[in-house]
Amino acid sequence: MTALPSGLSWLEASARQRLAALLDPGSFAEFIGPEQRERSPHLRLFDLPEQFDDGMIVGRATLCRTPVLVAAQEGRFMGGAFGEVHGAKLTGLLRAAALLGRDVLILFDTGGVRLQEANAGELAISEIMRAIVDLRRAGNRVIGLIGGRAGCYGGGGLIAGCCSALIVSEQGRISVSGPEVIETNKGVEEFDSRDRALVWRTMGGKHRYLIGGADGYVADDPAAFRAATQSALGRSPGLDLSMLHAEHQRLTRRLARFGNARDGTDVWSTLGIADPDAIPGLADDDFRHLADACREVADDAR
Amino acid sequence: MTLADILISLFPMGHVAEERDGLIFGRGTLPGGDPIHILGVVDQTALGVEGALALAGRVLEIAASANSDPILVVIDSASQRMSRRDELLGLSEYLAHLAKALLLAETSGHRTIGLLYGGSAAGAFIATALSTGMLAALPGAHPAVMDLASMARVTKLPIEVLTAKAETTPVFAPGLDNLAKTGAIHAIWDPARPLSDQLAELLTSPAGDDCRAQLGLDRGGRPKAAAIAARVIAEARRG
Repeated sequence: MTALPSGLSWLEASARQRLAALLDPGSFAEFIGPEQRERSPHLRLFDLPEQFDDGMIVGRATLCRTPVLVAAQEGRFMGGAFGEVHGAKLTGLLRAAALLGRDVLILFDTGGVRLQEANAGELAISEIMRAIVDLRRAGNRVIGLIGGRAGCYGGGGLIAGCCSALIVSEQGRISVSGPEVIETNKGVEEFDSRDRALVWRTMGGKHRYLIGGADGYVADDPAAFRAATQSALGRSPGLDLSMLHAEHQRLTRRLARFGNARDGTDVWSTLGIADPDAIPGLADDDFRHLADACREVADDAR
Repeated sequence: MTLADILISLFPMGHVAEERDGLIFGRGTLPGGDPIHILGVVDQTALGVEGALALAGRVLEIAASANSDPILVVIDSASQRMSRRDELLGLSEYLAHLAKALLLAETSGHRTIGLLYGGSAAGAFIATALSTGMLAALPGAHPAVMDLASMARVTKLPIEVLTAKAETTPVFAPGLDNLAKTGAIHAIWDPARPLSDQLAELLTSPAGDDCRAQLGLDRGGRPKAAAIAARVIAEARRG
């Protein structure tokens, strides 16, 4: 499949725009759509506005005629954070996929747990991780797409770490503790969250692709995400002991190789990149060409 | 109860355990004479890349063994270690690796029982306690997604307001009872009874599917999660 630019920015798009541009035209059918008005039962306690889909859109569709189940987070609503209803829709989708034998796409855009319903959100993340493991054990794939404005933070990062493949754009960030959380708890000397270049070098899409934290690197364009997703649907789905042993080797090697690095540029230099300071400024195609010659890969070790 | 008291009450027939760098590794003997593996996080340690990798390595060794000896995961941790270095190295992958190892061990026949006897928070809580097949806790344990002071900063609400709201719902505030009401914790143990008996009760109850949403509904902490997940499944199967 060729990826003609769609003219739409994945970063700027809403969750529903992303779904429309990613999937086969007209193929998406939503489960528990906004007309059913399943809102958070907890936000009113905080006098916060509710949304009829609670920021999580789930349903069935086809991608290049392959049937899939798909979930998309709306980062513009509560930062895409996981609450009770938001999380339960994804848990249900993953369990349905195991029953139907379908692969699942997750369009992440999340700051992590929704603090106004923190206990329910934390538990939802654990339920989702368990459902992903069960689904992969049954032989199906879970592919994560990360390039939204809210990134993929907190428990969202742990869920991403359970997926069989991750596709990321330069703007996609994957991390557990976000910059503001580290700065609040450990001080600005540990992490200056206003230093955006530091944020990209530490947890941005290019760095994650270089260290094997993501499997596909794409332009900020739904057509590029679509092509990479189609390719990821051909990857091995399995989650078994041999895969986890391979992942263990991979993460042990990463720690040994980069454990003394102080900055992303130290990591990239260790990878053999002659001019690491130039990485953030490289255009997507130039970056991918350079990265593919030297990066760490996950292959069947995720 | 200190960890030493807890282990003595759990294993009257004896145990061996070694602590290093805030982690514990060991083995206990169950009343019937069968072995059980012990591992976990102690001393309010924050879980970073090295700790998560070491725990996962031990779990994978156990999962690869031919027997089906159960695993007890004891937890008194802080949150995940919050540092620039941990994030540079991809801490999310290390924590997810540990969670997957525990979940795989459970599905391949090694029961995993969590015992929360101190603190735990955020990503460390998810990767350890919440990734076991059944989670028990002792009174005085104090799990938290985030402490109320930090929550006040992020939500821009005065801590007095948050404290007052916490009286009306278990859904957001820290604490053992609140987490139990949402279904995260299967049983709160009675320190006055031998812990060995209470562990045996969990080990003899059947392992099964994830029932935490139903527990949360029954206990009044999560009114909608179970029904929403069930409705998504029903709509998906209809098409």
